[in-house]
Amino acid sequence: MSAPLLSIEHVAVELPTPRGNLRAVDHVDLSLAAGRTLGIVGESGCGKTMLSRAVLQLLPKKAKLTGRVIFDGEDLVRLDAERLRRLRGRDLAVVFQDPMTSLNPVLTIGTQLMETIQEHLELDAAAARKRSIELLAAVGIPAPEQRLAQYPHQCSGGMRQRIAIAIALSCEPKLLIADEPTTALDVTIQAQILDLLAREQRRRHMAMIIITHDLGVVAGRADEVAVMYAGRVVERAPTSALFKRMHMPYTEALLAAIPKLDTAPHTLLPAISGRPPDPTRPLRGCSFAPRCRYAAGRCHEAKPELKGAEMPEHLYACFYPIRMAEGIGA
Amino acid sequence: MMQLAVRPEPLLNVDNLVVEYGLGNKTVHAVSGVSFEVARGETLGLVGESGCGKSTLGRAVLQLRRARSGRVMFDGQDLTAMEGEALRKMRRRVQLIFQDPIASLNPRRRIGDIVAEPLIIAGVKDAAERKRRVHEVLVAVGLDPDIVAGRLPHEFSGGQCQRICIARSLVLNPEFIVCDEPVSALDVSIRAQILNLLEEMKARFGLTLLFIAHDLAVVKAVSDRVAVMYLGRLCEVGPSEQLFARPAHPYTDLLLRAIPVPDPDVRPAESVATGEPPSPIAPPSGCRFRTRCPRADQQCSAQIPELREVAIGQFAACHHPRA
Repeated sequence: MSAPLLSIEHVAVELPTPRGNLRAVDHVDLSLAAGRTLGIVGESGCGKTMLSRAVLQLLPKKAKLTGRVIFDGEDLVRLDAERLRRLRGRDLAVVFQDPMTSLNPVLTIGTQLMETIQEHLELDAAAARKRSIELLAAVGIPAPEQRLAQYPHQCSGGMRQRIAIAIALSCEPKLLIADEPTTALDVTIQAQILDLLAREQRRRHMAMIIITHDLGVVAGRADEVAVMYAGRVVERAPTSALFKRMHMPYTEALLAAIPKLDTAPHTLLPAISGRPPDPTRPLRGCSFAPRCRYAAGRCHEAKPELKGAEMPEHLYACFYPIRMAEGIGA
Repeated sequence: MMQLAVRPEPLLNVDNLVVEYGLGNKTVHAVSGVSFEVARGETLGLVGESGCGKSTLGRAVLQLRRARSGRVMFDGQDLTAMEGEALRKMRRRVQLIFQDPIASLNPRRRIGDIVAEPLIIAGVKDAAERKRRVHEVLVAVGLDPDIVAGRLPHEFSGGQCQRICIARSLVLNPEFIVCDEPVSALDVSIRAQILNLLEEMKARFGLTLLFIAHDLAVVKAVSDRVAVMYLGRLCEVGPSEQLFARPAHPYTDLLLRAIPVPDPDVRPAESVATGEPPSPIAPPSGCRFRTRCPRADQQCSAQIPELREVAIGQFAACHHPRA
């Protein structure tokens, strides 16, 4: 097996707050091969966005990062600002949640696209313009030539996200990080954007990280899923294996709490009681233990390691994994 | 199914409601001739994408936005004809819960005062009585009054703030509540808690709900009947199970197929949706969905489809409904 394109090794991010240091990311290990899709799922505050910012080296100035982020053979944490600048936008691209704030409101769409292309690729203005038009057409924007002269406010939310994707794809990145790319969009537009990302990924053989709070978004589209809770990866597996058999009680509870289209109206939803722990307070045991219905004494004392048992690629951080609990102690 | 035969007098009857906004010299056709009923004790879900007019409709029902034409009959009285004191009196019986629970609580006021405010406005002079009512509703929504009453909103999470908003909406013992995207701003694990709480409160206080949301699964979880809205008009109305199992309107069908299913064996349907909703400033002639509809023909651009019964209790506004 060749070396992965991206390897996140023991990454931790701490943010200073008036109430003490906040553990945003708590020692995460992940890797991603070229051309593959990794879904990172979790609720707000679980650290999924901070982790992606750590990969992009776009953390807030005061954040303290430890660990290594190896991308294409280089440790991004130790790269100087100029090398990083050359890398970001070219090999490493990102699409954010809100296309209104990620596009510059006072520049035309053409200027923003061509700026990125000319910065990273040696193309003259005419060639960059031609490429911009091709890109806009590729992401499904009608009349791309006219769009170049328009400003972001003249486009709908779905159109803006297509433009943000066109900019991200403009230099043929090796890795695209999509951070909640469809959360701000309506459901019919969401389906179109997810289709578009999948199609372009296949065509360009690009690796992709989709960050989302919605297990439904990753189910059909990611090769592998990592579930995060309170700054840690608590379960990680190939998508089909994960949905077939969830070992971590949090993953199971998260899926169960989503209302399904095939349940009858007025069915009581299996809600998760309580809320995630305060990330500024030290935590001894498993971070999900206070809300977990399977938790026993040990869960409050020691932190379970993320490891695999039956299948080496299905990892979970739990002392009493589901469907293995029988016979162990329960 | 049985109650359809002996339908009692509806608590709410909205008849041909039209709401328009001025925008410069243009007009936004937000709600264009919408009619529906909500029976006492029923939850009607209202779904649609952003900009379809569902929030405007909810506000127009409560007279927070006055309609251009049409009637809103609540318990036999026409709210659109009411003004001043009469309307204020009536408003005690109807309440609204908003999407963003943190933004809808005054950050400088204590929880106990926020929840008591409707009582003061309604003229409950007895402080002990007010305290008793606040205590009662806070306990009902699962909060400890002794701990929360003296605190400020910023000390609470989004889910807890929504509980506080629900408590505030219940304090006057209303009969009817419009819930406008009450769980969209909340995380999945918290969302289920709030949906369960709304169901519990509805049963306990005998409420009638208009539940507005863009998420079909969320709407189905709490609604007896569902109305689907597109660009200012209702496309389809029907009993929840039936509507989801056999959507007659192509837009309902599109919405249902666009939802990502949390099951990797269900392959996402490739490009089920084409195009985007047109602007409500210049809506298409005839059927407003025709520009995105696979079944559209000449009749659809020439003639506005009326809501017609396509199955028992299920109505679709379509010239070519699926049988």
